Amino acid sequence: MLLEQLLNGLQYSALLFLLASGLTLIFGIMGVINLAHGAFYMVGAFCAAYTAIATGSFWLGGLAAIAGSALYGLVIETGIIRRLYNRDHLDQVLATLAVVFFTNELITLLFGRSPPAMPTPDWYNAFVEVFPGLMYPVSRLLFIAAGLLVAIGMWLLINHTRLGMLIRAGADDHEMVSALGVNIARLYTLVFVFGCMLCGLAGFMAAPLLSVEIGMGEKVLITTFVVIVVGGVGSVRGALVGALLIGMVDSQSRAYLPLLLDHLLPAEVSSALSAGLISASAYIVMALVLLVRPRGLLPARA
Amino acid sequence: MKNTFPLALLGAALASSLPAMAQDPVRIGFITTLSTPAGYLGEDARDAFRLAMEQQGNTLGGVPVELVVEDDGLQPATGKQIADRMSLDGISLYTGVIFSNVLAAVVNTAVKNDGFYLSNNPGPSNLAGEQCMPHYFAAAYQNDVPHEMAGLAANDLGYKNMVILAPNYQAGRDALAGFKRTFKGHVTEIYTKLNQLDFSVELARIRSQAPDAIYQLHPGGAGINFAKQYGSSGLNKSVPMLVPIFSMDERILSATGKVAEGVNIVSGWNPQSDNPVNQAFVKAFNEKYNRAPTVYAAQAYDTAHLIGSALKATNGNLKDPQAFRAALRAARFDSVRGEFRFGNNQNAVIDWHLLRVEADAQGKLVEVLVKTIAKAQVDSYAAKCAM
Repeated sequence: MLLEQLLNGLQYSALLFLLASGLTLIFGIMGVINLAHGAFYMVGAFCAAYTAIATGSFWLGGLAAIAGSALYGLVIETGIIRRLYNRDHLDQVLATLAVVFFTNELITLLFGRSPPAMPTPDWYNAFVEVFPGLMYPVSRLLFIAAGLLVAIGMWLLINHTRLGMLIRAGADDHEMVSALGVNIARLYTLVFVFGCMLCGLAGFMAAPLLSVEIGMGEKVLITTFVVIVVGGVGSVRGALVGALLIGMVDSQSRAYLPLLLDHLLPAEVSSALSAGLISASAYIVMALVLLVRPRGLLPARA
Repeated sequence: MKNTFPLALLGAALASSLPAMAQDPVRIGFITTLSTPAGYLGEDARDAFRLAMEQQGNTLGGVPVELVVEDDGLQPATGKQIADRMSLDGISLYTGVIFSNVLAAVVNTAVKNDGFYLSNNPGPSNLAGEQCMPHYFAAAYQNDVPHEMAGLAANDLGYKNMVILAPNYQAGRDALAGFKRTFKGHVTEIYTKLNQLDFSVELARIRSQAPDAIYQLHPGGAGINFAKQYGSSGLNKSVPMLVPIFSMDERILSATGKVAEGVNIVSGWNPQSDNPVNQAFVKAFNEKYNRAPTVYAAQAYDTAHLIGSALKATNGNLKDPQAFRAALRAARFDSVRGEFRFGNNQNAVIDWHLLRVEADAQGKLVEVLVKTIAKAQVDSYAAKCAM
C-alpha cells in the first residue's frame, strides 16, 4: 500500500503544482491576489468536458481546455485585472471574488447545473504494473507526468529564455524592470494568460477524475494559496516544493494517521481526532513553516 | 383642457387592485440550495414542486398558491436570514431545504407565529425524537432510516466485513451510526473531508483492507467523484458498493457512466415503479424539463401534494392551525413512493427498496428493483417523541 499511497500523494501534488505555479507568478510578479484562479481551472475543465463530448476526441478536449482558459484569461486581464495592479489588496480581493461569482453564473447559463461526464479513451482507463503486484491507473500516472513535464518546462522557460529572465526580474523588482524600458503591460498580460493556460491544463487533467461542476475551483483554491505561502510567493521552485510538501502531508496523513491513532487511542476519540487533524494538516504545516521561514521555503528574492 | 391623466391613472390603479383583494394566493416560502456544486439538488426540488403546481393550474388542492423561491447557498446563516425575512413578510408555509445544517437554522423561525415547516428532504433525529414539534413534518424520511435499511440489506446480501465512508459532518456521522445500528458484521469507518475532491488515498486503504463490500454516503458532486474514482481504481470489479440513493442519484449515475453497473442502492423511491402516480410524474417531469427526475424531485413532488391535500381539506384557511395540522397528519394524497403515512412524530413512514444498477436491452444504465427491504418502516426516534 505504501507505494500506492505515495503515488496518490504525487498526483495530488501535481494538481496543486499546476495551479500554484501560475498563481505564484501572478501574485509575485504583478502583486495581484487572484481569487479567480480557481475559476479559470473550472473554465478549463468545462471546455475539456464539452469539447470531448462534442468531438469524441480526448486530446482535442485538452487543447480546448488550454485555449479556452487562455482566451477567458485574456478577456478578464484586459478588462478587469489590468485596473488592479496599483490598487490595494482589498480591492483586488473584491474584484477577483466578483469574477468568481460571475464566472460561476456564466457557466451555469451556458451549460446548466448538471455535471457532465467526460468521455475517455480506453487506454486512459487501463492499468499499468508500476511495481510487481501493484496495478496503478494510467489516468493518475498521466497526471503525475503532466506535472513533471510542466515543472521541467517552466524551469527551462524561467532559467534559459529571455522571457524567463524578464519574469524573474519582474518578480524581484517590477518597477525597475519597467524603468528599464520593458513593456510591462504586455509582460503582465503574458504572465496572466500563461497562468490561466496552466489552470486550463489542470482542469483538463482533473475533468475525467473529479466532478466537473460549478464551484469546483473554490474547493482547491484555498489549498493552492497555502502552497504558495509555504513555498514562497513569486517562486516557481517554491511552488514545486510547497506542492510536494502539502500534497504529501495531506495524502499520507489521510492514509496513515487514522491507523496510527486507532492503535494509540480508544475508538470514539481516535476517529474524531484523526478527522480533525487530517483537515488541519496542511494549515499546521503552513504555521510551522512560517514560524521558521516567514517568507516561505524558497522565496523569489534571495 | 384639464389634465385628466392623473385621475385616469388613479382609476386604473384602483381597478387593478380590486381583483387582487378577491383571492390572495397562499404563499409558500421555498428556501433551497440552488448554487454550489450541490445546486442541482435544489433545482430538481424546485422544478418538481413547480410541476405539481402547474399540473393543477397554479393551485394546490384547488387553492391558488404562489411559490417564493430563495437560494440558501448551503449556508445556514443565509437560510435563517431568508426565513426571517419571509416570516416578517407574512409567509406561514415553508419548505424546500435540502441540507440538515440549513434546516436546523431555518425551522425555528418557520414554525414561529403558527407557521408550518414541511421537510422535502432532511429529517434530523432530534426533530424526530425529543425535540419533535407540532408544526414540523418530515415528509421525505428520517435521516437515520436509509442507513438502517442499508445495514439490513448488507446483512441480507451476506456481507460480513465492510468499510463504510462518509464526510466528517453531522449527517455523515449520523449515517454511519445508523448503518452500524442494524449491520451485524465487522465495520471499518473512514471519515473523509467535507468537500474532498480526491479519494485515491481512501480507495488505497479500502484495497488493503479487502472487505466484502463498501458503504458510502457522498451526496452531490462528491458522489460523482467517488464513483468515478472507484471505477478508475478498478475496485468496482472486486469490491461491490452499497449506497443510499443520495450517493447515486440520476445525475450522479449519468455523470459516472459504465462503472456504476452493479452498484446496490437503498432507496425509499423506486423510479421504475409501476405505481401509476409515479409513472405519470416521471413522464411529465421528463417532458417538461428534458431530464430524468432525481429522488429530490420525487420527494418535493410528494410534499407539494401533501400541502395540496391539507389546503383542500381546510379550504386554504391557514388561520386555523389545529385544523391544518390535522389535515397534514392525515396525509390524504397519492404518493409517488407508494404507501405513505406519518408516524406519531410526524416523520414519514414509507417502504424501503433495494435497487441495483443494470444495463437494459439498449445498454442504458437503469435502476432495477431487487426486493423490498422493509414495508412501512418507522424510525428509531418515534418513541421518544411525546406527540
